[in-house]
Amino acid sequence: MLLTGIAAAFFYMFAFIAVASSVMVVVARNPVHSVLYLILTFFNASALFVLTGAEFLGMILLAVYVGAVAVLFLFVVMMLEVNRVTFRKGIAEYAPIGVLVGVVIAAQLLIVVVGQSLAIEPSGTPALPTPDPAARPNTAALGDILYTDYVYFFQIAGLVLLVAMIGAIVLTLRDPRPHIKRQNIGEQVARDPEKAVELVDVESGKGL
Amino acid sequence: MEAVVASYLPIIIFLLVCIGIGAALLIAPFIVAYQSPDPEKLSAYECGFNAFDDARMKFDVRFYLVAILFIIFDLEVAFLFPWAVSFGELGMFGFWSMMVFLGVLTVGFIYEWRKGALEWD
Repeated sequence: MLLTGIAAAFFYMFAFIAVASSVMVVVARNPVHSVLYLILTFFNASALFVLTGAEFLGMILLAVYVGAVAVLFLFVVMMLEVNRVTFRKGIAEYAPIGVLVGVVIAAQLLIVVVGQSLAIEPSGTPALPTPDPAARPNTAALGDILYTDYVYFFQIAGLVLLVAMIGAIVLTLRDPRPHIKRQNIGEQVARDPEKAVELVDVESGKGL
Repeated sequence: MEAVVASYLPIIIFLLVCIGIGAALLIAPFIVAYQSPDPEKLSAYECGFNAFDDARMKFDVRFYLVAILFIIFDLEVAFLFPWAVSFGELGMFGFWSMMVFLGVLTVGFIYEWRKGALEWD
């Protein structure tokens, strides 16, 4: 399906900004600026999702990537304490790997585009045809199959989140430092004045 | 399809108005305001002496832990949205499928609570 008219104009605008800002992610001098350009890329990717009718994915991209993952990236940039000199040092070393990955992705895209223009039929039938967005909104169409037809993947996603949670705690949480005295509210409330205070009748000149 | 995209027109208009106002506020000072540039006006000021070092510094890794835990529960909520929207069509299997998912994450939640990851001491 090709976009036409004003939708096509918006597609080219968002796509151009996405590509330009992702180039800026790589070439920006300041790592914090890189992260900000990455956020701009996320915004434009989300707009592209909306243009293709995947509204839910677009909004989730905003909520998860812009709202949370970008914050993590900023944390990492802060924590690594990279200064501007060392930040750009490895760029020549890593360039071959980057080019290799880029070539592989470009080849895959090319295969898809050429395959479509040669009208090669995809093998097998699609699991579920895309419903008409007017009749069934995007979010509902996802919900219809995600929790029943794809229950296996859904539960795997839950387990992946569990592993991520436990992994984050195991990696970052140190044992509570022993010198810190914690307040035990239950113990405080349960304290009994009879046992807490002891009255001793001391005889004069003898001591305890 | 076209109708869905067309319903985003108010957001585009909103964005254009925002960009217009923002650009106007950025450009107007160059035209209107009196300018006498000086490098000292842009330099960092720290109570009379030169700045010690960069503003960027190492901080406690526990901020990172809180952010990761936030993302995980953020994703959990993201899974709840399509479930809630098509709840009427799902039936009992869909309901219990989500309950198992929530149960698995509750195990993680209990773990982090007992482990003290939510405490800041």
